[in-house]
Order: sequence, then C-alpha cells, then structure tokens
Amino acid sequence: MSIVQQVLEGNRYALSRVLTQIENDTTEGREALAALFPYTGKAHLIGVTGAPGTGKSSLVNRLAYFYRHPPEGEPKTVAIVAVDPSSPFTGGAILGDRIRMRDLTGDRGVFIRSMASRGALGGLARATAGVVQALDAAGFEVIFIETVGAGQAEVDIARLAHTTLVVEAPGLGDDVQAIKAGILEIADILVVNKADRPGAISTERALIEMLKLAHPSREMVSHHGQMMKVEIPAGGENDSEEWVPPVIKTVATENKGIDELAAAIAKHREFLQKTGEWEARDRLRLSTEVEDLLGETLLRRWQKNMPERKYREVLEQVFARRLAPAEAVESLLSSAQGS
Amino acid sequence: MSERRIRVLIAKPGLDGHDRGAKVVARALRDAGMEVIYTGLRQTPEMIAEAALQEDVDVVGLSILSGAHMALVPRVIELLRQNGQDHVKVFVGGIIPDEDVPALKEMGVLEVYGPGTLTSDIVADIRKAVLGEDDQSG
Ligand SMILES: Nc1nc2c(ncn2[C@@H]2O[C@H](COP(=O)(O)OP(=O)(O)O)[C@@H](O)[C@H]2O)c(=O)[nH]1
Ligand SMILES: [Mg+2]
Repeated sequence: MSIVQQVLEGNRYALSRVLTQIENDTTEGREALAALFPYTGKAHLIGVTGAPGTGKSSLVNRLAYFYRHPPEGEPKTVAIVAVDPSSPFTGGAILGDRIRMRDLTGDRGVFIRSMASRGALGGLARATAGVVQALDAAGFEVIFIETVGAGQAEVDIARLAHTTLVVEAPGLGDDVQAIKAGILEIADILVVNKADRPGAISTERALIEMLKLAHPSREMVSHHGQMMKVEIPAGGENDSEEWVPPVIKTVATENKGIDELAAAIAKHREFLQKTGEWEARDRLRLSTEVEDLLGETLLRRWQKNMPERKYREVLEQVFARRLAPAEAVESLLSSAQGS
Repeated sequence: MSERRIRVLIAKPGLDGHDRGAKVVARALRDAGMEVIYTGLRQTPEMIAEAALQEDVDVVGLSILSGAHMALVPRVIELLRQNGQDHVKVFVGGIIPDEDVPALKEMGVLEVYGPGTLTSDIVADIRKAVLGEDDQSG
C-alpha cells in the first residue's frame, strides 16, 4: 500500500513521515501532497497568533481539549501545527509548544506537530501550508496553527486560516504599544488571555478602542446623507454582513473563558459559511499558493538558463552605480530571452 | 531545494523535578543546527513514544536522575519498536551507575552520558549515528 493510501486510512506514523517529506520539500513530499490534495478542503483552519508568552499554546491545549470533550454533540478530531523560530545563525531550533499540551496526550483523535520556521519570516514556515493540507486530507476536522509570534504583524496566518485568533495578554509592556499595527486587521477574534492578571481590563478596553479607531465606519454610517451612529454587537451580524471581531477574556491556565471562545469560533465559522467568505478565503489561499509557486518556479528555471558570468557582470554594473536595479533586471531578462 | 534537519526529542521521564541538564543539552543541540522538540518534566514512556511518532524524530534523548532508568528506558524502546520506529536512536543522560551502562546498551541505547559530559561529544555522537558522519566540526 502506498504511503498516501496509509495516510488516508489513518496510519499516524505514515502521516508523520509524509509531513517530514513535505517539510523537507523532497520529491516524495511533493508527490504525496499532489496525491492528497483532492482530499483537502474540509477542515476548519484556526490560526493562533500573538507575542511569545501570551499563552497561545496553553489556549490551543484548552480549545483542543474542548473539541475532544464537547459539552454537547460529537467530539471533533484535532490537529495542531505549532511553529517556533529557527536560529538565524545555526538553523537549529528548540520547539517547546508541546510542554503546554499535555492534556492531549494519549488521545488518538489529536495529532500535534512542531515545526521550525527555517528562515521564513511572517510567523510560519514555508512548508506550513503543505503540512496543514496533509493533515486536512488525513481527516482532521479542526486544525490549529500556532505562529511564531515574533512581534511583527503575521499576515501569512490570516491568509492560511479560516479563523484567526490574535492573543494579547496584560503585563507585556505598554498595552496599547504592544498591539501592533496590522494585527487588528488580521484578527477575526481578539483574545485577552491571562485575564487573572492585573491590567486585563485595560488591555480589553484598549483593544476595543483600537477596534473602533480601525473601523470608524462601523460606528458611523451615512444614512440619507446624514451621519448616524449604529451599534453593532461584537461577533454579531448586521445588515452589511460585516464581521466585528469580538474581544474575549480567558485564563488558559484555569480553563476559564474557553467555552465563550469556542462559541465565538463556531459563530465565525457560521458567518463565513453564510456569507460565502469560506469559499472566498479558500480561493484566495489557493490562488496565492499557485502564484507563489509560479514565481519561485519561474525564477529557478530562469536561473538555470542564465550564465553565471553574465549575471555577475550586470550585478557589477549595479554596484558601480552604472545600472539601476530595475535596469539590471530589464537587461538580464532581455539577454536571457536572446540566448 | 530540499533541506533535511536532524530532529531530536529531549524528554524527561520519571518523577524527579529539575531539567537543567536536559535544557543545557537541548540548547547545545540547537546551536549545532538541530531541531529539538522539548516536552518538559514528568513524561511517561507512553507520552514520549507518542511525541516521537508525531514529530518523526531521528533521536530520542532521555534525561533521568531518579534512578528509575532500568524500568523507563526499556519501556520507551519497546514502545518505539511497537510504533515502527526501530531506527530511532536512543541516548540516555543523567545519573546512571556504571554497572547499568552495559545493560542499557544491550537494550539498544546508543550512548549513556554522565554529569560532566561535553555537549560537543553528544553533538558529534548524534551526527555520527544519524548521518554516519565522523566529522566533529561545528
Ligand atoms: N497567569 C496566567 N498564566 C498563563 C495563562 N495562560 C498561559 N499562562 C502561562 O504563560 C506562559 C506562556 O504560555 P504559553 O502557552 O507557552 O505561551 P505562548 O508562547 O504564547 O505559546 C506559561 O508559563 C503559561 O503557564 C493565563 O491565563 N494566566
Ligand atoms: Mg507556544
């Protein structure tokens, strides 16, 4: 039986080995991804981002446990992909997210995989999307993706996930400063974790204020030429079918607020499906993937046909300020075509 | 464009309470360019084998100070085999009496490291075991 067949039949070690091949970008990995691709597109992909130490892993642990032991309905199978940074100097990494996920051990309905970022910026590894696809094809119904959380707005996760949680915590420096520009744009749900800590209320308030600043149109709408104020309930729907990110307080270590958070996630999923956003996000994600791959492949092919000597010559002209970078590219492209 | 990295699980089975040694080794392996999955204190052999399987590691390093190595180590090795991970190399570090070392190696442990071991030796041993490489550089 092929390894892909084994993955589809639920063989966990086969899955694990395929993930390694995908991560290492081997021929086997690419072939496996291609074979698994028709089985993807079913899982709910939930991104979890936020600065290190805010409690992302602890929250994922609790949420996953909640899905495995729901107060009502059937349990869902859960996969977790946790990305930690690689050292830029040695390429090595310490992947420690499993420390916080002990409650999930011994449950065959859960699969946890740690990934090093391997030089990629933006909070994910290059192979994360592929790893998520394989887990999706293997039948996991909910897939959490925990990002590096290195501080900059990690927009890649918003592109990959259906639902993005941005986790904040009080006491990590100036609360408003810590909330990076761009982070609000990617948040579908804002979580104030460590709500047991002093300052949680002001962090929550700061987030709500920033939401209002980021989306003034959500408060003031033009109605027959007159500006009028409308109240839009957070996490709720409204006429314009706009999603307003709710702000939810949690204490991951004490399992508090997890049911509210799970309810908000369920609501967001419903919203996506009702409005057609689910489809739209899927299409956006896949078209970005095709575009990125196309770019990489074209570059690689072009480099193969480009004589190294010619390339160096043009670069030297740029170093000497005789050619601007854009002119250099023009020159390289036209000479490659001629050859 | 393919890239292979040695993946190591550093685990701390048993009930003894500190993991300083395990962390020093984890950092040294990272600094040698390896990807180290660190799982924290008080892991059962079942938890260790499960993590090794999901993470598809090349190496499992067990740090044991409790004196329970003669029970824990064979159990971990047995579970790895049951899962089809016979090829995974197992190392043990901690306080292990000399007289137990041959028995541990008999069970399949590649090397046993006592206090004062140079981390560079551990790095070199792992590279050699996984890549068949004798080079100690880096
Ligand atoms: N007081 C408090 N500590 C928490 C809470 N959630 C997580 N922590 C602690 O915060 C630290 C970082 O948590 P972790 O989940 O690893 O954060 P991550 O780096 O964002 O994944 C750990 O020591 C957790 O035990 C919480 O709600 N309250
Ligand atoms: Mg984490």
